[in-house]
Amino acid sequence: MSRIGNLGHRLYAGEVSYDFVERRKRWYAISAIILLLAVGALLFRGLNFGIEFRGGADFSLPNATCSVEDARTTAEEATGAQVIVTETASGTVRVQTEELTAAASSQIAGTLAEACGIPKGEVKVQVVGPTWGEEISKKALQGLVIFLLLVTIFLSIYFEWRMALSALVALAHDLVITVGIYSLTGLEVTPATVIGLLTILGYSLYDTVVVFDKVKENTRGVTGQSIMTYSESANLAVNQTLVRSINTSVVALLPVLAIIIVGAGLLGAGTLLDLAVVLAIGMAAGTYSSIFIATPFLVDLKERQPEMKALKARVLARRKQGRSAAGAAVGTESASDDDAGVEADASIGRRTESGPRQQPRRKPRSKR
Amino acid sequence: MAPPTSSNPLRLLVALGVLIVGLAVWAFWPGTDSSVRLGLDLQGGTQVILKPKPVTEGASITEEQLTQTVSIIRQRVDGLGVAEAEVTTQGSGDGAVIVVAVPGVNQDRVVDLVQRTALLDFRPVWGLYPAPPSVDPAADPSASASSEASPEASPQASAEASASPDSSANAAGEAAPLIQADANTPEFQEQVAALDCTNPLNYTGGRPDDPQKWLGTCDVTGAAKYNLEPAFIQGTNVTNANAVLPQGGVGWIVSLDFDGDGAKALAEASTTLSALPECGIAGANPCNAFAIVLDGVVTSAPRFNEPILGGSAQIEGNFTAEEARDLANILKYGALPVTLEPVDITTVSPTVGNDQLRAGIIAGLLGLLLVGIYLLVYYRALGVVAVLSLAVAGVILYLTIVVLSKAIGLTLTLAGVAGAIVAIGITADSFIVYFERIRDEIREGRSLRQACDSGWIRARRTLLAADFVSLLAAAVLYFLSVGSVRGFAFILGLTTLIDVLVAFWFTHPLVVLMGRSSWMQKGSKWTGLDSGRLGGASVAGRRGGRSRRSSAETSPSDSSTKEVSA
Repeated sequence: MSRIGNLGHRLYAGEVSYDFVERRKRWYAISAIILLLAVGALLFRGLNFGIEFRGGADFSLPNATCSVEDARTTAEEATGAQVIVTETASGTVRVQTEELTAAASSQIAGTLAEACGIPKGEVKVQVVGPTWGEEISKKALQGLVIFLLLVTIFLSIYFEWRMALSALVALAHDLVITVGIYSLTGLEVTPATVIGLLTILGYSLYDTVVVFDKVKENTRGVTGQSIMTYSESANLAVNQTLVRSINTSVVALLPVLAIIIVGAGLLGAGTLLDLAVVLAIGMAAGTYSSIFIATPFLVDLKERQPEMKALKARVLARRKQGRSAAGAAVGTESASDDDAGVEADASIGRRTESGPRQQPRRKPRSKR
Repeated sequence: MAPPTSSNPLRLLVALGVLIVGLAVWAFWPGTDSSVRLGLDLQGGTQVILKPKPVTEGASITEEQLTQTVSIIRQRVDGLGVAEAEVTTQGSGDGAVIVVAVPGVNQDRVVDLVQRTALLDFRPVWGLYPAPPSVDPAADPSASASSEASPEASPQASAEASASPDSSANAAGEAAPLIQADANTPEFQEQVAALDCTNPLNYTGGRPDDPQKWLGTCDVTGAAKYNLEPAFIQGTNVTNANAVLPQGGVGWIVSLDFDGDGAKALAEASTTLSALPECGIAGANPCNAFAIVLDGVVTSAPRFNEPILGGSAQIEGNFTAEEARDLANILKYGALPVTLEPVDITTVSPTVGNDQLRAGIIAGLLGLLLVGIYLLVYYRALGVVAVLSLAVAGVILYLTIVVLSKAIGLTLTLAGVAGAIVAIGITADSFIVYFERIRDEIREGRSLRQACDSGWIRARRTLLAADFVSLLAAAVLYFLSVGSVRGFAFILGLTTLIDVLVAFWFTHPLVVLMGRSSWMQKGSKWTGLDSGRLGGASVAGRRGGRSRRSSAETSPSDSSTKEVSA
């Protein structure tokens, strides 16, 4: 434990630093491959839509005594069409058929219940018209567009448009990956999945906002000095919030895992499980993207600004100067490579401290 | 350095305490129902989602039509005799849907009932009788008593009328089937006579009748009983109906227009009927009135004073403006202003519902437990604060749900339960952000007391921004979605608000109070804030053993730093 605590400190001070920003090409490449796979899967495999989207009837028979084959024969005789029969771990037999009228579905529920030795009242029946899924998807899409519009406005005001754009890129990244995994694994897409996807919207942005808030704080007045480039300050921010990001992801994923465990063990397929699976995938992607995609992308956008370019040139020039001076003084540059690196990092850490520290000092005075 | 100047932490804690006690008193006020209303997926029942479509192609659906449809459906579902049935609209305009939720009823009956367009017909009155059953009261001394115990009243009556196949259904608290026959046989008359119109189940309506047959039924107020001939005009023949206040007239009237078939039928019927004797309780059979029957119950029974040949009629009576408007609406929309297509029918047995509720609760508790253990191990004393905060948030959430169940009829669905479980993570994150900020402040060399305050000032901003995004997502989801998504969004939004409340009024004040205690000041390693763990001078001394490892960790960054500087 204390080792992790220590790591937290060293991350904060910049003693230990992972180059999330500097190596962005690598993360972009990894993400690009995953995204290509996801889009490819979507194009060639498509999604396995549940009956809510296709239209049809779904019968769940808890504690059924009949075999899958029995249920299939019974249902196919009753409907005169092919049916899909599955059995879950908890002993629930699930029969899915083409669309039926309410009366027919009630009759088939009775037949199935009889064949499987359970009272008719125990059968869970769902009959969905083919237009309903369209309705849900249309609403979800409408909601998505309006939400993105509002959130872009908010982030542009609270941060700046570049941060808003980066956050949206990270968000799109998470959504495409999640949908792609659904396509690859052939998991069934239900309305609960759609709810989960919409939740990921909120979660992914929430996570990004916390990281960006630190980036904003670290880079306040960054152009007024020549110690760190924008990308270095941003990278420090990511490192400083790394412990938070990890803890948050663990804490967010634990309840979701609890749902998956309980859902798979006690319930079999259902709203809770569908929701938890999509959330688990989306939250993992969301954490990854807020660290590896959102901030690096922001840096790419920021360092196109002339003042950030100028800053970078200034910092590099100054470093070159310092390094040649240090090299001349010590004369053993090759031997103390590591030490020089650590030193440079440590000084970075100290410098950033001096920035924010002024603020609280001012505060008490103004309140006095 | 200045002492912390934030508002008095004790005062905030007391304020929160008062709030919780207030909520608890509201939630558990004696004499009111203080249970959480469960959705159908948790308690079992049938839910039908209906998509209204305009009768004429290309027309849009108005709010008025929606309201009318909902009230007709509600009447029908109530006619089933089930308590707590819910009929609601979601969305508006062309995107609207009507959600009918009935606990514990066989699905085909519900679907059949709500989907059918309301049946409006005009029938000549054959006989008019007083409301209570009039057959031989001496035959059964319990007849008058049983009229109050509704489940027994109807089987009683139908048994006497020797039509008892449905008595089992009646025992379940449902209304008797409509009394209909092909002809006005003595047997049919006997059944009508036995009908008890003082029993509300028999005059709530909701049982569409067959217009081709004779009908024995009640007035919508339960004041009178009718024996009605087969319909001469059906609701679909009505083209328009309006409440009008005629110039120089005394009261409101309802004007009616009929289409070609309707006008012809009206002309014939009015010619025959107006020649008949006056109607009255136990008066002549047949008589000169006609009944407007909506979903099996007589809404109004006006008399024909003269033959009506023009295809438009007026119903006079001492109507108030409201009564006239209601009648006009019924006439206009009686045949439902829209057609209803059931798009989603879900039946959940009470057992499955209970299982799902139980699984949800177990998953929630397990999630809380896991999160609690993680926070305690990682943050130690601060972890205790976090766990307490989660507990407080949980209590407030529960109380709020109970209060909202009462105040606005909120129902908790499985999706809502899922929302609450997911929210555990997001709520705990607020504490993590705050705690990490405090640690950052201590790393920068501040004292514990200062760190608690200055860390809060920074964390607060992040929290508000992040929670705002969360709330925005929940609000957009809630207002734009239908079905289960709404329940989920509502709970998610609610927990986000509670999260902010708990962070401001509980977590922060408690951390500040703890920061003032001498135990925390000493910085034991169990506080989660000891300078040893957080770095500072002691780290340098303890680093020796791990220096190899840490340099391995740092080396990639070093090389890249070189790349930059080269």
